[in-house]
This record gives sequence, C-alpha cells and structure tokens, in this order.
Amino acid sequence: MFKRIANALTAPLLAAAVAIAVSSFALWVSGNSPFTAFSEMWQTIDSTESVVVIINAAVPFYVAGVAVAIGFQMNLFNIGANGQYQLAALFAAAAGAAVSLPAPVHVAFVLLVAIVVGGLWAAIAGVLKVTRNVNEVISTIMLNYIAIGLSAFLVAEYFRNEAVNLVAETKPLPPSAQLPALNRLLEVVGIDLGEGVILQGFLPFAIAIGIGYYLLLYRSRFGYDLRLSGLNPAAAQSAGVRPRAMVLKTIILSGCIAGLVGMSDLMADPQYHKYGDQFPKTLGFTGLALALLGRNHPGGIAAAALVWATIERATQRLSIIGIPQEIGTILQGSFLLAAVIVYEVIRRRNNERTAQEASARAAQSAPPPGPPGPPGGPAGDARPIGAV
Amino acid sequence: MRKTKRFAALALTASLFVVAACGDDEEEGTPTTAAASETTAAATETTAAATETTAAAATDTTAAAEEPAEAASVGLLFDVTGRGDKSFNDAAAAGLDQAVAEFGVSASESTPTGDGDRAERLNLLVDDGNELVIGVGFLWGDAITAGAAENAETSFAIIDSVIDAPNVASLIFAENEGSFLVGVAAGLKSQTGKVGFIGGVENDLIRNFEVGFTAGVLAANPDAEVLVQYISQPPDFSGFNDPAKGKEIAAAMYADGADIVYSAAGGSGLGAFEAAKEAGAPGEVWAIGVDSDQYNLVSADLQPYILTSMLKKVDVAVYETIKAFNEGNFQAGVQLFNLESGGVGYSTSGGFVDDIAAQIDEFAAQIIAGEIEVPSASS
Repeated sequence: MFKRIANALTAPLLAAAVAIAVSSFALWVSGNSPFTAFSEMWQTIDSTESVVVIINAAVPFYVAGVAVAIGFQMNLFNIGANGQYQLAALFAAAAGAAVSLPAPVHVAFVLLVAIVVGGLWAAIAGVLKVTRNVNEVISTIMLNYIAIGLSAFLVAEYFRNEAVNLVAETKPLPPSAQLPALNRLLEVVGIDLGEGVILQGFLPFAIAIGIGYYLLLYRSRFGYDLRLSGLNPAAAQSAGVRPRAMVLKTIILSGCIAGLVGMSDLMADPQYHKYGDQFPKTLGFTGLALALLGRNHPGGIAAAALVWATIERATQRLSIIGIPQEIGTILQGSFLLAAVIVYEVIRRRNNERTAQEASARAAQSAPPPGPPGPPGGPAGDARPIGAV
Repeated sequence: MRKTKRFAALALTASLFVVAACGDDEEEGTPTTAAASETTAAATETTAAATETTAAAATDTTAAAEEPAEAASVGLLFDVTGRGDKSFNDAAAAGLDQAVAEFGVSASESTPTGDGDRAERLNLLVDDGNELVIGVGFLWGDAITAGAAENAETSFAIIDSVIDAPNVASLIFAENEGSFLVGVAAGLKSQTGKVGFIGGVENDLIRNFEVGFTAGVLAANPDAEVLVQYISQPPDFSGFNDPAKGKEIAAAMYADGADIVYSAAGGSGLGAFEAAKEAGAPGEVWAIGVDSDQYNLVSADLQPYILTSMLKKVDVAVYETIKAFNEGNFQAGVQLFNLESGGVGYSTSGGFVDDIAAQIDEFAAQIIAGEIEVPSASS
C-alpha cells in the first residue's frame, strides 16, 4: 500500500522537477531571472482569491479531462471534445434563453440539451467507426472544424442576440437557468471570500461527474466491459462483449460529458451566461492533456486540472512585471512530456519485474527449465493510454 | 499497432504544447527587451513629470493633500498575441509607450491566453492600483462591463466597443471614413475597373471597412466593381491571423481581374501582399494596407505593392485617453475618432498616391464638411 502511494507520487514529483528545470533554463536563456519569475508566480497564487480563481478554472478543465478519459479507457481518442462542447454550449445557451421555466427545471433542461447535443455530435464519429471503420482520431478532428463552422453560422444566422452590436452571441440565459455562486455555502463553514470574488456554482456538478465516472467505470458491469475492451479486445469479445456496440456507447458517453464542459462558463460564470465570440475556445484540447496526466483516474484528473489551473493563474502577473508569460506554456508542456515519459519508464520496469517474478516462480515450481516466454508479454502492451 | 498509435498520440499532444510554447516565446523575445529599456526611460521621466504635477497641485491645495504628487498608473489589456503583432496591438502599445515617455505614467501590461482568463487579468490590474485600465479590442467587452460595475473607483476605456457605464470611455473609430478614402484611391488607380476587399472576420466592425471602401471606390469610379470576401465568420476569429487564407483569396481576386486588393484582416493581410507580388509587376497590381502604415512594416520586396494604408490611429486613441486621464480630464462615454479629429486617414508612404492626393483630400474635406455622408455597417 505504502509502496503504491510512493510509486504514484514519484512520477508527478519527478515531472514537476523536470518542468521547473526546463522552464528555469528557458528563462535564463531569454535573459530573465528564474528566481524572480518563480517567486512572482508563488506570490500570485498565495492568496484566497487565487485559490478561488484556480478552482473556478479547474472545473471546466476537469470535466474535459473526464470526457476524454472515458474514451482513453478503451483506446478511443476523442479529439473532438472541443467541437462537441462548443456546439453543446451554443444549443444549450440558445435553448435555455428561449424557454421560461422554474429554476431547478430550467437548469436541468439546459444541462440536458448540452448532454444530448454533445452525445449526438460524438455519435457521428462513433457511427462512422463502427459502420465504415473510419479512425475516430481523424473523424473527430475533422468534426471539430465542422462544429466551429456550424456554430459560427448558427450564431450569426439563427441564434443571434440582435440587441448587441459588433459581436455575434446568443441571448443571455435568464436568471432561472444560472447557477448561483457558492459564497453563501462557504460562509456557513466560516470562509468569507469578500467582495468581487465568487466561487462559481458548477463545482458540485463537476464533483458529481467525477463520482459518477468512478462508479460507472470501476463499480459497474458496463465499466468493467469498457475497461476490459480497452485492455484486451479479444478477451472482451470472447467474454460476450459486443465490440461495436461498446465503441458506439463509449464515444457517445464521452461526447455527453464533453457537452457539459462549457456549462461551467455558460451557467456559473457571470461574465458569460451566453455563447459567443468571447466564450472559451480550447477547453477540449486541454482535456486531452489532463486525461493523460491524470492517467484516466478521477482523482488523478482532478489533481492534473488543479495543477494546470494553478500554472495558468501563477503566470497571469508575469507580463505585468515584464517576464514573458509563455513560460507557463513551457511549464505545462514540459510537465506533460516528462510525466508521460516517467509513467512509461515505471510501467516497463514493473512489467519486467512481474515477468522476472513469474519466471522465478515458474522455475521453483517446475524444475526442468523450458524456453522462457518473451518478457513483458503482449498483455502489458495492450493497456489503455495512461494506465499503469 | 495499437502501441504505435498510442505513442504517436502522446508524442503529438506533447509536442503541440512544446511547439506552442516555443512559437509564442520567440514573438515575445524582442518586445520584452524593448519594454525593459522603456521602463528605464520612464524612470528618468518620472522626476520631470513629478515636478510638473506639484506645480499644478499647488494651485489646488485640497487635491494636493489627497493625492500624492505622481503620475497616473495605467493598465493596458492587449488582445490575444499582444505586443509584436505589427498591427492592432502594436499600435496600442505605441500609444502607451508614448504616454509613458512623455508623462512618466507607470504602465502595466497583460495579454490573455484564451481560455476565459480575461476577467481575472482585469482584476489583477485593478487590484494593483491602476487607476485607468484600457482594453484593446472589442473582445474585452464583457470583462470590462463586469469590471466597471464592480470597480466604480477605477476608470476604464475600451477600443472598438461601446459600453454604457459612468466610468468607461468607449473609443470607437470611423473606419468607414478612412476606408472611403483608400476606396477613392483604389477607384482612381484601378486600370481594370475591378478591385477587391478582404475582410478578416465578418462582423459589424469589419463590415464597416467594407461599406466605406465600396462607397469610396464608386464615388471615384461609378462603373467599378468591388469583389468582397471574408475569411472567417464569428465566433471563429482565425480570419485575423491566417496569412495563407488571405493569400489564397487575394490570388483568386487578382486572377479574376482585380488589380487592387484592400485587406482589413489583421495579420492575414500580409498574405494578400504576397499574392500581389506573385500576381504582377509593381505598378500593375496593388495592395492596400490597414490600421498601421504597413508600407513601413513590410519587407522591401513588398513595399512597391503597397499603394496606401487606411490608418486607424489606435495609438492616438490610447495616448489621448491616458493624457486626458493624467491631466484629470478623463471623460466617460463614446469618443469617436473620425476624419475630422484625425483618428482615421490614409498613408502616403512610397509616394504612390501623390498624383491623386489632391483628389483624395478633396473627398476628405467634403466628408469633414458633411457634404458626403459615408455609409456605415449599421446604417
């Protein structure tokens, strides 16, 4: 148990060390002091307001990470989460603004629209894969472009708020569809955020998505089948899993969750409450990185989302003091790269050790030594992305 | 097979991040050093400005008691890409730099990265004690609307958007008037009677350029034909930074018989200039620049193709706003920068429009006098 925790912590800590070393080098080469940069970054995040900002930013990141991770669990690359969430946010915003309902029902309605649209858009890639064997990586990337074009067209032609000039955007969601800030809840437990700082209301939904993901994947028949299909498709098929139905279900489920990615900004960020020019554009791609970093585990993705949001917050003041803020992107990129490499090294070492132990046991129980099997074996290679 | 696929995806994702980081960093390199040297310049100026302020404050003792004798602190919020875009953001930066050099105001800059960090960046500048915060570009609209409501003590300004709040100055430009003048130039210079317009993103702002340009072309040559093409539709803003598409569209227009193409498309315009170079010899085909005097920004081989540029003086707007604020004359509300106030115009670098400058100026005088009403996107 202790060994497992140590193992789990080694990779991220090592990756963090590499990332800091690489970005320090980049800072030093570009003539900036790494010390000044990192102390400024620390000062930026060392406040209650920053903690709240980080959590608010991490929430959509987390949902995006979970959406992508569902596909990763069975070796499906849903690169299309970006298009799925944009279209879903557009339809959810337009539909939410068009109807008038009591608050809880209105919220549920907007969420439902987002889930359905995200799932439907992802289903296109799923159907293409199971009927025509079109690689989902290609189709989802292409569908991203179509989604961007389609949403631009729909906003401009059908859902545009005519009351606003210069920018194309939908009408704002009425208050009954907006999620209130959680400041009141925090006050109950004795945390007063003060004025102008709000903890956005989508956080409980994100936590629920994480718990739901865990229960579905690790505690249900469906999740077992899904993970088995990722680990060993042949074994899954002989155990009675219908692979094509499984692929379709997984892609659609991934799309449904992706549909919720934009809901934090749409429903809980007072700046938006509408879909348009200023809506976040690349959350789906961030999700890819986070699912990799968090190794598809609900807790791991949460940690990755918080790290990501922390780096983004930490770099927000750098340009004010004249240090290139792109150092944040370098931090994130080298952290991701290092983590992936370290995971892979650990996985191979574990495989080797398992193989050694197995052959040692085999040697003990059966004295006449036969030709040893290949170390590692194919089972080790069939693991889904990020799993160790 | 599966293993290869997985590694390919990992490598792709990881390298995307690294490449993105490197690309951004290169752009940032030179401006940072420039900013650093400006800071020192500002430091030397501060003392001069401080004495001025004291002199001014001496007449008004109450003000002197409340406010320390120092120049204002100003925060500038760039649009995505920030300093170094050779266009819109650099124009704003030039206005800021001039104000820093002349008044010794202390300046902070911030550039958003994309995924919804605008409000946070605005709050950081306000929390730092900046008394005036300027948003460069209409994409700051929502953030400044919210920020202005929360921070009534802080003054805000926004370029290219109108926000109705007691502490916000909305700095907008009569792009249609400036575009009218370069349209006149195009109408007079065109041999084929066919000219092109490339818009970056099809929104009201850029449509304003198109409407003015078309009116100008037709005013100079009623028989002319204007080809119009936009690169992207909102909320897709890639059209402002897609030189390849700009080149493709311009090449098609030149092939279609147009001999002058005006692009109001930010960074995509560079592609249109290159298309002009490939379409014909200098003097046969022309391109028209936008926002800044682009003749001075492009490489020497492209310069002979830049007939003129529509000047949208974002630097003047930023400078004037800071100047007014520093003198205590900040005014909220809409401030229109048009031909009359010198906020828009056309450039003469290269001398290619010298022969028709008198005619263009004649139109300009008529617009200022109100004899010609240039149509706009909203009318």
